[in-house]
Amino acid sequence: MDFYLTALLQGLCFAGIAFGIYISMKIFNIPDITTDGSYTLGGVVTGILLTHNQPGWLILLAVIAAGAAAGALTGIIHTKLKINALLAGILVMTALYSVNLTILGRSNLPLLSLPTLFSVVNFLTDPNQNSLIILSLFVAALTLLIGYLLKTDFGIAMRATGNSEPMIRALGVNTDRMKIIGLAIANALTALSGYLITQMQGFADISMGIGVVIIGLGSVIIAETLINWLQITSVWLSLVLVLAGAIIFQFVLALTLSIGVNPNMLKIVTAVFVLIIVGLPRLTSRNA
Amino acid sequence: MIELKDISKTFNAGKPNEVKALGKLSLEIKQGEFVVIVGSNGSGKTTLLNMVAGTIFTDTGTVTIDGNNATKLPDYGRSKWIARIFQNPLSGTAADLSILDNFRLAALRTQNKGLTIGKNESFKQLVRDKIAALGMGLEDKTEQPIGTLSGGQRQALTLLMSVMDECKILLLDEPTAALDPRSAEKVMRTADELIKQYNLTAILVTHNLKDAANYGTRIIQMGEGQILKDIPSAEKAKLKQAELFEWFG
Ligand SMILES: Nc1ncnc2c1ncn2[C@@H]1O[C@H](COP(=O)(O)OP(=O)(O)OP(=O)(O)O)[C@@H](O)[C@H]1O
Ligand SMILES: [Mg+2]
Repeated sequence: MDFYLTALLQGLCFAGIAFGIYISMKIFNIPDITTDGSYTLGGVVTGILLTHNQPGWLILLAVIAAGAAAGALTGIIHTKLKINALLAGILVMTALYSVNLTILGRSNLPLLSLPTLFSVVNFLTDPNQNSLIILSLFVAALTLLIGYLLKTDFGIAMRATGNSEPMIRALGVNTDRMKIIGLAIANALTALSGYLITQMQGFADISMGIGVVIIGLGSVIIAETLINWLQITSVWLSLVLVLAGAIIFQFVLALTLSIGVNPNMLKIVTAVFVLIIVGLPRLTSRNA
Repeated sequence: MIELKDISKTFNAGKPNEVKALGKLSLEIKQGEFVVIVGSNGSGKTTLLNMVAGTIFTDTGTVTIDGNNATKLPDYGRSKWIARIFQNPLSGTAADLSILDNFRLAALRTQNKGLTIGKNESFKQLVRDKIAALGMGLEDKTEQPIGTLSGGQRQALTLLMSVMDECKILLLDEPTAALDPRSAEKVMRTADELIKQYNLTAILVTHNLKDAANYGTRIIQMGEGQILKDIPSAEKAKLKQAELFEWFG
Protein backbone atom coordinates (compact mmCIF):
# COMPACT_ATOMS: atom_id res chain seq x y z
CA MET A 1 0.00 0.00 0.00
CA ASP A 2 2.80 2.34 0.99
CA PHE A 3 4.28 1.53 -2.33
CA TYR A 4 1.34 3.03 -4.24
CA LEU A 5 1.22 5.96 -1.86
CA THR A 6 4.80 6.75 -2.83
CA ALA A 7 3.86 6.55 -6.51
CA LEU A 8 0.94 8.88 -5.91
CA LEU A 9 3.18 11.33 -4.06
CA GLN A 10 5.70 11.24 -6.90
CA GLY A 11 2.96 11.73 -9.47
CA LEU A 12 1.69 14.80 -7.64
CA CYS A 13 5.23 16.19 -7.40
CA PHE A 14 5.66 15.76 -11.14
CA ALA A 15 2.39 17.56 -11.89
CA GLY A 16 4.44 20.75 -12.32
CA ILE A 17 6.53 19.24 -15.11
CA ALA A 18 3.42 17.80 -16.73
CA PHE A 19 1.68 21.21 -16.68
CA GLY A 20 4.87 22.83 -17.94
CA ILE A 21 5.18 20.48 -20.89
CA TYR A 22 1.46 20.81 -21.53
CA ILE A 23 1.87 24.57 -21.81
CA SER A 24 4.98 24.54 -24.00
CA MET A 25 4.09 21.58 -26.20
CA LYS A 26 0.31 21.60 -26.41
CA ILE A 27 -0.57 25.26 -25.94
CA PHE A 28 2.38 26.93 -27.64
CA ASN A 29 3.34 24.10 -29.93
CA ILE A 30 6.99 24.57 -28.98
CA PRO A 31 9.16 21.52 -28.20
CA ASP A 32 10.94 22.83 -25.12
CA ILE A 33 13.50 20.62 -23.37
CA THR A 34 14.95 23.20 -21.03
CA THR A 35 13.05 20.98 -18.58
CA ASP A 36 15.93 18.82 -17.31
CA GLY A 37 17.86 21.94 -16.38
CA SER A 38 15.05 24.01 -14.93
CA TYR A 39 13.82 21.06 -12.86
CA THR A 40 17.26 20.61 -11.29
CA LEU A 41 17.51 24.38 -10.89
CA GLY A 42 14.30 24.30 -8.85
CA GLY A 43 15.71 21.50 -6.69
CA VAL A 44 19.08 23.14 -6.23
CA VAL A 45 17.66 26.53 -5.29
CA THR A 46 15.35 24.83 -2.80
CA GLY A 47 18.20 22.82 -1.28
CA ILE A 48 20.58 25.69 -0.86
CA LEU A 49 17.99 28.09 0.56
CA LEU A 50 16.73 25.44 2.98
CA THR A 51 20.23 24.84 4.31
CA HIS A 52 20.55 28.60 4.77
CA ASN A 53 17.35 28.53 6.82
CA GLN A 54 15.46 30.90 4.55
CA PRO A 55 11.69 31.32 5.04
CA GLY A 56 9.36 29.09 3.01
CA TRP A 57 7.71 31.87 1.02
CA LEU A 58 11.08 33.18 -0.10
CA ILE A 59 12.17 29.72 -1.25
CA LEU A 60 8.95 29.30 -3.22
CA LEU A 61 9.33 32.70 -4.89
CA ALA A 62 13.00 32.11 -5.65
CA VAL A 63 12.26 28.76 -7.29
CA ILE A 64 9.50 30.27 -9.44
CA ALA A 65 11.72 33.20 -10.44
CA ALA A 66 14.68 30.94 -11.26
CA GLY A 67 12.59 28.58 -13.40
CA ALA A 68 10.92 31.51 -15.15
CA ALA A 69 14.28 33.10 -15.92
CA ALA A 70 15.55 29.86 -17.46
CA GLY A 71 12.42 29.52 -19.60
CA ALA A 72 12.49 33.15 -20.62
CA LEU A 73 16.09 32.74 -21.72
CA THR A 74 15.16 29.81 -23.96
CA GLY A 75 12.28 31.91 -25.27
CA ILE A 76 14.50 34.88 -26.01
CA ILE A 77 17.06 32.72 -27.82
CA HIS A 78 14.28 31.07 -29.80
CA THR A 79 12.33 34.19 -30.79
CA LYS A 80 14.92 36.96 -30.98
CA LEU A 81 17.82 34.99 -32.45
CA LYS A 82 15.44 32.83 -34.51
CA ILE A 83 17.07 29.64 -33.29
CA ASN A 84 15.17 26.38 -33.42
CA ALA A 85 13.33 25.87 -30.11
CA LEU A 86 14.79 22.44 -29.52
CA LEU A 87 18.32 23.76 -29.91
CA ALA A 88 17.57 26.82 -27.75
CA GLY A 89 16.34 24.47 -25.02
CA ILE A 90 19.41 22.26 -25.28
CA LEU A 91 21.70 25.29 -25.04
CA VAL A 92 20.03 26.61 -21.90
CA MET A 93 19.79 23.16 -20.37
CA THR A 94 23.49 22.57 -20.93
CA ALA A 95 24.46 25.94 -19.51
CA LEU A 96 22.21 25.33 -16.51
CA TYR A 97 24.25 22.30 -15.54
CA SER A 98 27.17 24.58 -14.66
CA VAL A 99 24.85 27.08 -13.01
CA ASN A 100 23.30 24.36 -10.88
CA LEU A 101 26.65 22.93 -9.91
CA THR A 102 27.88 26.39 -8.93
CA ILE A 103 24.81 27.07 -6.81
CA LEU A 104 24.95 23.68 -5.11
CA GLY A 105 28.73 23.77 -4.65
CA ARG A 106 28.87 19.97 -4.81
CA SER A 107 27.01 17.16 -6.51
CA ASN A 108 24.70 16.17 -3.68
CA LEU A 109 23.19 18.08 -0.77
CA PRO A 110 21.30 16.16 1.95
CA LEU A 111 18.51 18.00 3.80
CA LEU A 112 17.37 15.25 6.10
CA SER A 113 16.94 17.03 9.40
CA LEU A 114 15.74 20.36 8.00
CA PRO A 115 12.12 21.47 8.25
CA THR A 116 10.48 21.44 4.80
CA LEU A 117 7.15 22.24 3.19
CA PHE A 118 6.02 18.81 4.32
CA SER A 119 6.70 19.47 7.96
CA VAL A 120 5.11 22.92 8.22
CA VAL A 121 1.76 21.53 9.30
CA ASN A 122 0.94 18.16 10.77
CA PHE A 123 -2.51 17.08 9.72
CA LEU A 124 -1.71 13.42 10.31
CA THR A 125 0.91 11.56 12.27
CA ASP A 126 1.99 9.29 9.42
CA PRO A 127 4.54 11.45 7.55
CA ASN A 128 3.65 10.05 4.12
CA GLN A 129 -0.05 10.63 4.61
CA ASN A 130 0.66 14.07 5.97
CA SER A 131 2.75 14.80 2.88
CA LEU A 132 -0.10 13.59 0.68
CA ILE A 133 -2.46 16.14 2.17
CA ILE A 134 -0.03 19.03 1.87
CA LEU A 135 0.95 17.99 -1.61
CA SER A 136 -2.67 17.62 -2.70
CA LEU A 137 -3.45 21.11 -1.46
CA PHE A 138 -0.40 22.51 -3.22
CA VAL A 139 -1.17 20.82 -6.54
CA ALA A 140 -4.84 21.72 -6.31
CA ALA A 141 -3.91 25.37 -5.85
CA LEU A 142 -1.52 25.12 -8.81
CA THR A 143 -4.18 23.54 -11.02
CA LEU A 144 -6.72 26.22 -10.09
CA LEU A 145 -4.20 28.94 -10.82
CA ILE A 146 -3.27 27.62 -14.27
CA GLY A 147 -6.89 26.88 -15.09
CA TYR A 148 -7.87 30.41 -14.19
CA LEU A 149 -4.99 31.84 -16.22
CA LEU A 150 -6.01 29.88 -19.31
CA LYS A 151 -9.58 31.14 -18.95
CA THR A 152 -8.60 34.81 -18.86
CA ASP A 153 -8.32 36.98 -21.97
CA PHE A 154 -4.55 36.66 -21.69
CA GLY A 155 -4.91 32.88 -21.51
CA ILE A 156 -7.08 32.79 -24.64
CA ALA A 157 -4.39 34.82 -26.42
CA MET A 158 -1.79 32.30 -25.20
CA ARG A 159 -3.79 29.43 -26.62
CA ALA A 160 -4.32 31.24 -29.91
CA THR A 161 -0.58 31.91 -30.27
CA GLY A 162 0.13 28.20 -30.67
CA ASN A 163 -2.77 27.87 -33.07
CA SER A 164 -2.53 30.61 -35.67
CA GLU A 165 0.26 33.10 -35.40
CA PRO A 166 -0.83 35.37 -38.30
CA MET A 167 -4.27 35.64 -36.74
CA ILE A 168 -3.20 36.52 -33.23
CA ARG A 169 -0.63 39.05 -34.47
CA ALA A 170 -3.32 40.68 -36.58
CA LEU A 171 -5.34 40.87 -33.36
CA GLY A 172 -2.63 42.88 -31.67
CA VAL A 173 -0.55 40.31 -29.82
CA ASN A 174 3.24 40.40 -29.87
CA THR A 175 3.78 36.68 -30.37
CA ASP A 176 7.50 36.76 -29.51
CA ARG A 177 6.73 38.28 -26.15
CA MET A 178 3.90 35.81 -25.65
CA LYS A 179 6.18 32.82 -26.32
CA ILE A 180 8.82 34.13 -23.93
CA ILE A 181 6.19 34.50 -21.21
CA GLY A 182 4.79 31.07 -22.05
CA LEU A 183 8.17 29.35 -21.75
CA ALA A 184 8.83 31.26 -18.54
CA ILE A 185 5.57 29.96 -17.06
CA ALA A 186 6.27 26.42 -18.29
CA ASN A 187 9.73 26.31 -16.74
CA ALA A 188 8.61 27.97 -13.52
CA LEU A 189 6.16 25.08 -13.19
CA THR A 190 8.91 22.60 -13.97
CA ALA A 191 11.12 24.18 -11.32
CA LEU A 192 8.26 23.74 -8.86
CA SER A 193 8.44 20.00 -9.45
CA GLY A 194 12.12 20.14 -8.54
CA TYR A 195 11.16 22.14 -5.45
CA LEU A 196 8.65 19.50 -4.36
CA ILE A 197 10.76 16.44 -5.14
CA THR A 198 13.80 17.82 -3.35
CA GLN A 199 11.81 18.33 -0.17
CA MET A 200 10.03 15.03 -0.57
CA GLN A 201 13.17 12.94 -1.00
CA GLY A 202 15.26 15.03 1.38
CA PHE A 203 18.18 15.90 -0.88
CA ALA A 204 19.11 17.91 -3.95
CA ASP A 205 21.26 16.25 -6.55
CA ILE A 206 23.00 17.67 -9.60
CA SER A 207 21.84 14.78 -11.76
CA MET A 208 18.27 14.61 -10.48
CA GLY A 209 17.01 16.13 -13.73
CA ILE A 210 18.47 13.68 -16.19
CA GLY A 211 15.66 12.47 -18.38
CA VAL A 212 12.79 14.08 -16.47
CA VAL A 213 11.49 15.66 -19.66
CA ILE A 214 10.21 12.21 -20.60
CA ILE A 215 8.05 12.20 -17.47
CA GLY A 216 6.39 15.40 -18.63
CA LEU A 217 6.03 14.17 -22.19
CA GLY A 218 4.66 10.81 -21.07
CA SER A 219 2.13 12.45 -18.74
CA VAL A 220 0.95 14.87 -21.41
CA ILE A 221 0.70 12.14 -24.02
CA ILE A 222 -1.39 9.98 -21.68
CA ALA A 223 -3.58 13.03 -21.07
CA GLU A 224 -3.81 13.81 -24.76
CA THR A 225 -4.85 10.27 -25.58
CA LEU A 226 -7.64 10.55 -23.01
CA ILE A 227 -8.58 14.04 -24.20
CA ASN A 228 -8.93 12.89 -27.80
CA TRP A 229 -10.64 9.70 -26.84
CA LEU A 230 -13.21 11.44 -24.65
CA GLN A 231 -13.39 14.42 -27.05
CA ILE A 232 -12.81 16.92 -24.29
CA THR A 233 -12.70 20.63 -25.09
CA SER A 234 -12.94 22.01 -21.57
CA VAL A 235 -9.76 23.64 -20.28
CA TRP A 236 -10.42 22.48 -16.73
CA LEU A 237 -10.97 18.84 -17.65
CA SER A 238 -7.87 18.88 -19.83
CA LEU A 239 -5.78 20.10 -16.91
CA VAL A 240 -7.24 17.46 -14.60
CA LEU A 241 -6.35 14.82 -17.18
CA VAL A 242 -2.78 16.13 -17.41
CA LEU A 243 -2.58 15.76 -13.64
CA ALA A 244 -4.04 12.27 -13.95
CA GLY A 245 -1.49 11.53 -16.65
CA ALA A 246 1.36 12.42 -14.29
CA ILE A 247 -0.03 10.09 -11.62
CA ILE A 248 -0.78 7.23 -14.02
CA PHE A 249 2.75 7.50 -15.33
CA GLN A 250 4.24 7.04 -11.85
CA PHE A 251 1.93 4.14 -11.12
CA VAL A 252 3.08 2.35 -14.24
CA LEU A 253 6.71 2.87 -13.25
CA ALA A 254 6.01 1.67 -9.70
CA LEU A 255 4.24 -1.38 -11.07
CA THR A 256 7.19 -2.15 -13.32
CA LEU A 257 9.57 -2.02 -10.38
CA SER A 258 7.26 -4.11 -8.21
CA ILE A 259 7.27 -7.00 -10.67
CA GLY A 260 11.00 -7.17 -10.24
CA VAL A 261 12.40 -5.21 -13.16
CA ASN A 262 15.99 -4.15 -12.58
CA PRO A 263 15.99 -0.43 -11.56
CA ASN A 264 18.81 0.16 -14.03
CA MET A 265 16.35 -0.70 -16.76
CA LEU A 266 13.82 1.86 -15.53
CA LYS A 267 14.70 4.50 -18.14
CA ILE A 268 14.34 2.04 -20.99
CA VAL A 269 11.03 0.88 -19.57
CA THR A 270 9.96 4.52 -19.39
CA ALA A 271 10.95 5.13 -22.99
CA VAL A 272 9.18 1.99 -24.20
CA PHE A 273 6.10 2.90 -22.21
CA VAL A 274 5.94 6.36 -23.79
CA LEU A 275 6.48 4.75 -27.19
CA ILE A 276 3.56 2.45 -26.56
CA ILE A 277 1.15 5.23 -25.59
CA VAL A 278 2.21 7.32 -28.57
CA GLY A 279 2.16 4.40 -30.97
CA LEU A 280 -0.92 2.52 -29.87
CA PRO A 281 -3.58 5.03 -30.99
CA ARG A 282 -1.87 5.34 -34.38
CA LEU A 283 -1.63 1.60 -34.89
CA THR A 284 -5.23 1.00 -33.95
CA SER A 285 -6.58 3.85 -36.08
CA ARG A 286 -4.65 2.56 -39.10
CA ASN A 287 -6.28 -0.82 -38.74
CA ALA A 288 -9.73 0.65 -38.32
CA MET B 1 -6.45 57.11 -44.19
CA ILE B 2 -3.64 55.13 -45.82
CA GLU B 3 -0.71 56.88 -47.46
CA LEU B 4 2.08 54.90 -49.09
CA LYS B 5 4.95 57.03 -50.33
CA ASP B 6 7.75 55.66 -52.53
CA ILE B 7 7.53 52.19 -51.04
CA SER B 8 9.48 49.32 -52.57
CA LYS B 9 10.39 45.77 -51.70
CA THR B 10 13.11 43.48 -52.97
CA PHE B 11 13.21 39.98 -51.52
CA ASN B 12 16.55 38.18 -51.10
CA ALA B 13 18.44 41.26 -52.25
CA GLY B 14 21.90 40.47 -53.60
CA LYS B 15 21.26 36.74 -53.78
CA PRO B 16 20.71 34.74 -56.98
CA ASN B 17 17.02 34.37 -56.14
CA GLU B 18 16.50 38.13 -55.83
CA VAL B 19 12.90 39.19 -56.54
CA LYS B 20 11.79 42.76 -57.03
CA ALA B 21 8.26 42.49 -55.69
CA LEU B 22 7.38 46.20 -55.57
CA GLY B 23 8.98 49.07 -57.45
CA LYS B 24 8.85 52.65 -56.17
CA LEU B 25 5.14 52.94 -55.62
CA SER B 26 2.94 55.62 -54.09
CA LEU B 27 -0.71 55.32 -53.26
CA GLU B 28 -3.17 57.32 -51.22
CA ILE B 29 -6.43 55.88 -50.02
CA LYS B 30 -9.02 58.16 -48.43
CA GLN B 31 -11.32 57.40 -45.53
CA GLY B 32 -14.31 55.36 -46.69
CA GLU B 33 -12.81 54.29 -50.00
CA PHE B 34 -13.23 50.64 -51.00
CA VAL B 35 -10.31 49.86 -53.28
CA VAL B 36 -10.27 46.71 -55.40
CA ILE B 37 -6.85 45.51 -56.56
CA VAL B 38 -6.51 43.18 -59.52
CA GLY B 39 -3.40 41.93 -61.30
CA SER B 40 -1.73 38.77 -62.46
CA ASN B 41 0.03 36.32 -60.15
CA GLY B 42 3.21 37.68 -58.66
CA SER B 43 2.39 41.30 -59.49
CA GLY B 44 2.88 42.35 -55.87
CA LYS B 45 -0.67 42.63 -54.56
CA THR B 46 -0.12 40.59 -51.43
CA THR B 47 3.19 42.33 -50.79
CA LEU B 48 1.40 45.69 -50.96
CA LEU B 49 -1.27 44.49 -48.54
CA ASN B 50 1.35 43.07 -46.19
CA MET B 51 3.05 46.43 -46.09
CA VAL B 52 -0.16 48.13 -45.07
CA ALA B 53 -0.73 45.41 -42.45
CA GLY B 54 2.86 45.58 -41.19
CA THR B 55 3.80 41.93 -41.67
CA ILE B 56 6.65 43.14 -43.90
CA PHE B 57 8.43 46.46 -43.87
CA THR B 58 9.14 48.64 -46.87
CA ASP B 59 12.75 49.03 -48.04
CA THR B 60 12.24 52.72 -48.85
CA GLY B 61 9.71 55.48 -48.30
CA THR B 62 7.04 55.80 -45.66
CA VAL B 63 3.74 54.25 -44.62
CA THR B 64 1.25 56.56 -42.94
CA ILE B 65 -1.94 55.21 -41.41
CA ASP B 66 -4.67 57.43 -40.01
CA GLY B 67 -2.19 60.28 -39.81
CA ASN B 68 0.45 58.26 -37.93
CA ASN B 69 3.84 57.31 -39.30
CA ALA B 70 3.63 53.53 -39.18
CA THR B 71 6.64 52.73 -41.39
CA LYS B 72 8.42 50.74 -38.68
CA LEU B 73 5.39 49.64 -36.72
CA PRO B 74 4.95 45.83 -36.70
CA ASP B 75 1.63 44.16 -37.50
CA TYR B 76 0.55 43.72 -33.89
CA GLY B 77 1.03 47.46 -33.39
CA ARG B 78 -1.26 48.30 -36.30
CA SER B 79 -4.20 46.21 -35.11
CA LYS B 80 -5.61 49.35 -33.50
CA TRP B 81 -6.67 50.46 -36.98
CA ILE B 82 -6.57 47.38 -39.16
CA ALA B 83 -8.49 44.11 -39.33
CA ARG B 84 -7.44 41.44 -41.83
CA ILE B 85 -9.10 38.66 -43.74
CA PHE B 86 -6.58 36.14 -45.02
CA GLN B 87 -6.63 34.24 -48.28
CA ASN B 88 -6.38 31.00 -46.35
CA PRO B 89 -9.61 30.65 -44.30
CA LEU B 90 -7.64 28.65 -41.73
CA SER B 91 -5.27 31.55 -40.98
CA GLY B 92 -7.86 34.02 -39.78
CA THR B 93 -9.09 31.97 -36.84
CA ALA B 94 -7.54 29.77 -34.14
CA ALA B 95 -8.81 26.27 -34.98
CA ASP B 96 -8.67 24.65 -31.53
CA LEU B 97 -10.37 27.56 -29.81
CA SER B 98 -14.14 27.81 -29.61
CA ILE B 99 -16.04 30.30 -31.73
CA LEU B 100 -16.59 32.30 -28.55
CA ASP B 101 -12.88 32.40 -27.68
CA ASN B 102 -12.08 33.55 -31.19
CA PHE B 103 -14.66 36.32 -30.92
CA ARG B 104 -13.37 37.27 -27.49
CA LEU B 105 -9.90 37.88 -28.91
CA ALA B 106 -11.35 39.78 -31.85
CA ALA B 107 -13.32 41.97 -29.43
CA LEU B 108 -9.98 42.94 -27.87
CA ARG B 109 -8.12 43.63 -31.12
CA THR B 110 -7.35 47.21 -30.17
CA GLN B 111 -7.02 46.54 -26.45
CA ASN B 112 -4.94 44.76 -23.85
CA LYS B 113 -5.61 41.06 -23.25
CA GLY B 114 -5.54 41.08 -19.49
CA LEU B 115 -5.75 38.69 -16.58
CA THR B 116 -9.50 38.87 -16.17
CA ILE B 117 -12.20 36.62 -17.52
CA GLY B 118 -14.09 38.65 -20.09
CA LYS B 119 -16.25 35.92 -21.55
CA ASN B 120 -19.35 36.57 -19.47
CA GLU B 121 -23.00 35.86 -20.26
CA SER B 122 -23.72 39.20 -21.89
CA PHE B 123 -20.71 38.80 -24.15
CA LYS B 124 -21.84 35.31 -25.13
CA GLN B 125 -25.30 36.62 -25.95
CA LEU B 126 -23.86 39.45 -28.01
CA VAL B 127 -21.82 36.98 -30.07
CA ARG B 128 -24.80 34.68 -30.57
CA ASP B 129 -26.92 37.59 -31.78
CA LYS B 130 -24.28 38.79 -34.22
CA ILE B 131 -23.76 35.29 -35.59
CA ALA B 132 -27.49 34.71 -35.88
CA ALA B 133 -27.73 37.79 -38.11
CA LEU B 134 -25.42 36.01 -40.53
CA GLY B 135 -28.16 33.46 -41.18
CA MET B 136 -25.85 30.45 -41.34
CA GLY B 137 -27.28 28.63 -38.33
CA LEU B 138 -24.02 28.84 -36.40
CA GLU B 139 -25.39 30.65 -33.35
CA ASP B 140 -25.93 27.36 -31.46
CA LYS B 141 -22.39 26.18 -32.08
CA THR B 142 -20.49 28.95 -30.31
CA GLU B 143 -18.88 26.56 -27.83
CA GLN B 144 -17.50 24.33 -30.61
CA PRO B 145 -13.89 24.57 -31.76
CA ILE B 146 -13.96 26.86 -34.79
CA GLY B 147 -11.81 24.30 -36.64
CA THR B 148 -14.85 22.04 -36.95
CA LEU B 149 -16.50 24.53 -39.33
CA SER B 150 -16.09 24.73 -43.11
CA GLY B 151 -13.77 27.23 -44.77
CA GLY B 152 -16.69 29.38 -45.93
CA GLN B 153 -18.23 29.44 -42.47
CA ARG B 154 -14.90 30.37 -40.94
CA GLN B 155 -14.32 33.12 -43.47
CA ALA B 156 -17.77 34.60 -42.80
CA LEU B 157 -17.10 34.51 -39.05
CA THR B 158 -13.69 36.14 -39.54
CA LEU B 159 -15.48 39.02 -41.26
CA LEU B 160 -17.83 39.43 -38.32
CA MET B 161 -14.87 39.24 -35.95
CA SER B 162 -13.23 42.18 -37.69
CA VAL B 163 -15.99 44.54 -36.53
CA MET B 164 -16.19 43.19 -32.97
CA ASP B 165 -13.81 45.96 -31.95
CA GLU B 166 -13.34 49.44 -33.34
CA CYS B 167 -12.13 49.08 -36.92
CA LYS B 168 -11.06 51.67 -39.47
CA ILE B 169 -9.39 49.64 -42.18
CA LEU B 170 -10.32 46.22 -43.52
CA LEU B 171 -7.82 44.30 -45.64
CA LEU B 172 -9.10 41.38 -47.70
CA ASP B 173 -6.60 39.28 -49.63
CA GLU B 174 -8.55 36.98 -51.97
CA PRO B 175 -10.99 36.19 -49.16
CA THR B 176 -13.08 33.90 -51.35
CA ALA B 177 -10.35 32.11 -53.32
CA ALA B 178 -10.73 28.87 -51.37
CA LEU B 179 -14.53 28.90 -51.27
CA ASP B 180 -17.27 27.39 -53.44
CA PRO B 181 -19.29 29.90 -55.53
CA ARG B 182 -22.20 30.12 -53.12
CA SER B 183 -20.09 30.61 -50.00
CA ALA B 184 -17.95 33.05 -51.95
CA GLU B 185 -20.94 35.16 -52.84
CA LYS B 186 -22.22 35.08 -49.27
CA VAL B 187 -18.84 36.17 -47.91
CA MET B 188 -18.46 38.97 -50.48
CA ARG B 189 -21.94 40.29 -49.75
CA THR B 190 -21.33 40.17 -46.02
CA ALA B 191 -18.05 42.04 -46.50
CA ASP B 192 -19.73 44.71 -48.64
CA GLU B 193 -22.51 45.19 -46.08
CA LEU B 194 -20.07 45.52 -43.18
CA ILE B 195 -17.90 47.98 -45.08
CA LYS B 196 -20.92 50.17 -45.77
CA GLN B 197 -22.48 49.77 -42.34
CA TYR B 198 -19.30 50.66 -40.47
CA ASN B 199 -18.05 53.11 -43.11
CA LEU B 200 -14.74 51.24 -43.35
CA THR B 201 -11.79 51.97 -45.55
CA ALA B 202 -11.18 48.71 -47.39
CA ILE B 203 -8.74 47.07 -49.77
CA LEU B 204 -9.83 43.94 -51.58
CA VAL B 205 -7.43 41.84 -53.63
CA THR B 206 -9.26 39.55 -56.02
CA HIS B 207 -8.86 37.51 -59.19
CA ASN B 208 -12.62 37.37 -59.62
CA LEU B 209 -13.40 40.08 -62.20
CA LYS B 210 -17.11 39.87 -61.53
CA ASP B 211 -16.47 40.84 -57.92
CA ALA B 212 -14.02 43.49 -59.08
CA ALA B 213 -16.73 45.01 -61.26
CA ASN B 214 -19.54 44.72 -58.71
CA TYR B 215 -17.84 45.84 -55.53
CA GLY B 216 -15.75 48.78 -54.45
CA THR B 217 -15.46 52.46 -55.24
CA ARG B 218 -12.08 52.43 -56.94
CA ILE B 219 -10.12 49.86 -58.91
CA ILE B 220 -6.38 49.45 -59.28
CA GLN B 221 -4.54 47.13 -61.63
CA MET B 222 -1.06 46.05 -60.64
CA GLY B 223 1.70 44.56 -62.76
CA GLU B 224 5.32 43.82 -61.96
CA GLY B 225 5.27 45.71 -58.72
CA GLN B 226 3.74 48.84 -60.20
CA ILE B 227 0.30 50.43 -60.45
CA LEU B 228 -0.76 50.09 -64.09
CA LYS B 229 -4.25 51.53 -63.89
CA ASP B 230 -6.09 53.47 -61.19
CA ILE B 231 -9.75 54.07 -61.92
CA PRO B 232 -11.57 56.37 -59.49
CA SER B 233 -15.13 56.12 -58.32
CA ALA B 234 -17.04 57.91 -61.08
CA GLU B 235 -15.44 55.94 -63.89
CA LYS B 236 -15.47 52.65 -62.03
CA ALA B 237 -19.26 52.73 -61.90
CA LYS B 238 -19.32 52.75 -65.69
CA LEU B 239 -16.65 50.09 -66.04
CA LYS B 240 -17.97 46.82 -67.46
CA GLN B 241 -16.70 43.37 -66.56
CA ALA B 242 -15.87 42.83 -70.23
CA GLU B 243 -13.52 45.81 -70.22
CA LEU B 244 -11.78 44.41 -67.16
CA PHE B 245 -11.13 41.20 -69.07
CA GLU B 246 -9.37 43.22 -71.75
CA TRP B 247 -6.91 44.53 -69.16
CA PHE B 248 -5.55 41.03 -68.93
CA GLY B 249 -5.52 40.49 -72.73
N1 LIG C 1 8.61 36.26 -48.57
C1 LIG C 1 9.00 36.28 -49.87
N2 LIG C 1 10.25 35.88 -50.19
C2 LIG C 1 10.67 35.91 -51.48
N3 LIG C 1 9.92 36.32 -52.52
C3 LIG C 1 8.67 36.72 -52.25
C4 LIG C 1 8.14 36.72 -50.93
N4 LIG C 1 6.87 37.17 -50.97
C5 LIG C 1 6.61 37.42 -52.25
N5 LIG C 1 7.67 37.17 -53.05
C6 LIG C 1 7.76 37.38 -54.48
O1 LIG C 1 7.34 38.69 -54.76
C7 LIG C 1 6.55 38.73 -55.93
C8 LIG C 1 5.22 39.35 -55.63
O2 LIG C 1 4.50 38.45 -54.78
P1 LIG C 1 3.03 38.72 -54.25
O3 LIG C 1 2.70 37.62 -53.32
O4 LIG C 1 2.93 40.10 -53.74
O5 LIG C 1 2.15 38.57 -55.58
P2 LIG C 1 0.57 38.62 -55.75
O6 LIG C 1 0.27 39.73 -56.65
O7 LIG C 1 -0.10 38.61 -54.45
O8 LIG C 1 0.32 37.24 -56.51
P3 LIG C 1 -0.91 36.22 -56.39
O9 LIG C 1 -1.96 36.74 -57.30
O10 LIG C 1 -0.34 34.94 -56.92
O11 LIG C 1 -1.32 36.12 -55.00
C9 LIG C 1 6.48 37.31 -56.44
O12 LIG C 1 7.43 37.15 -57.46
C10 LIG C 1 6.84 36.47 -55.25
O13 LIG C 1 7.49 35.29 -55.65
MG1 LIG D 1 -1.32 37.17 -53.33
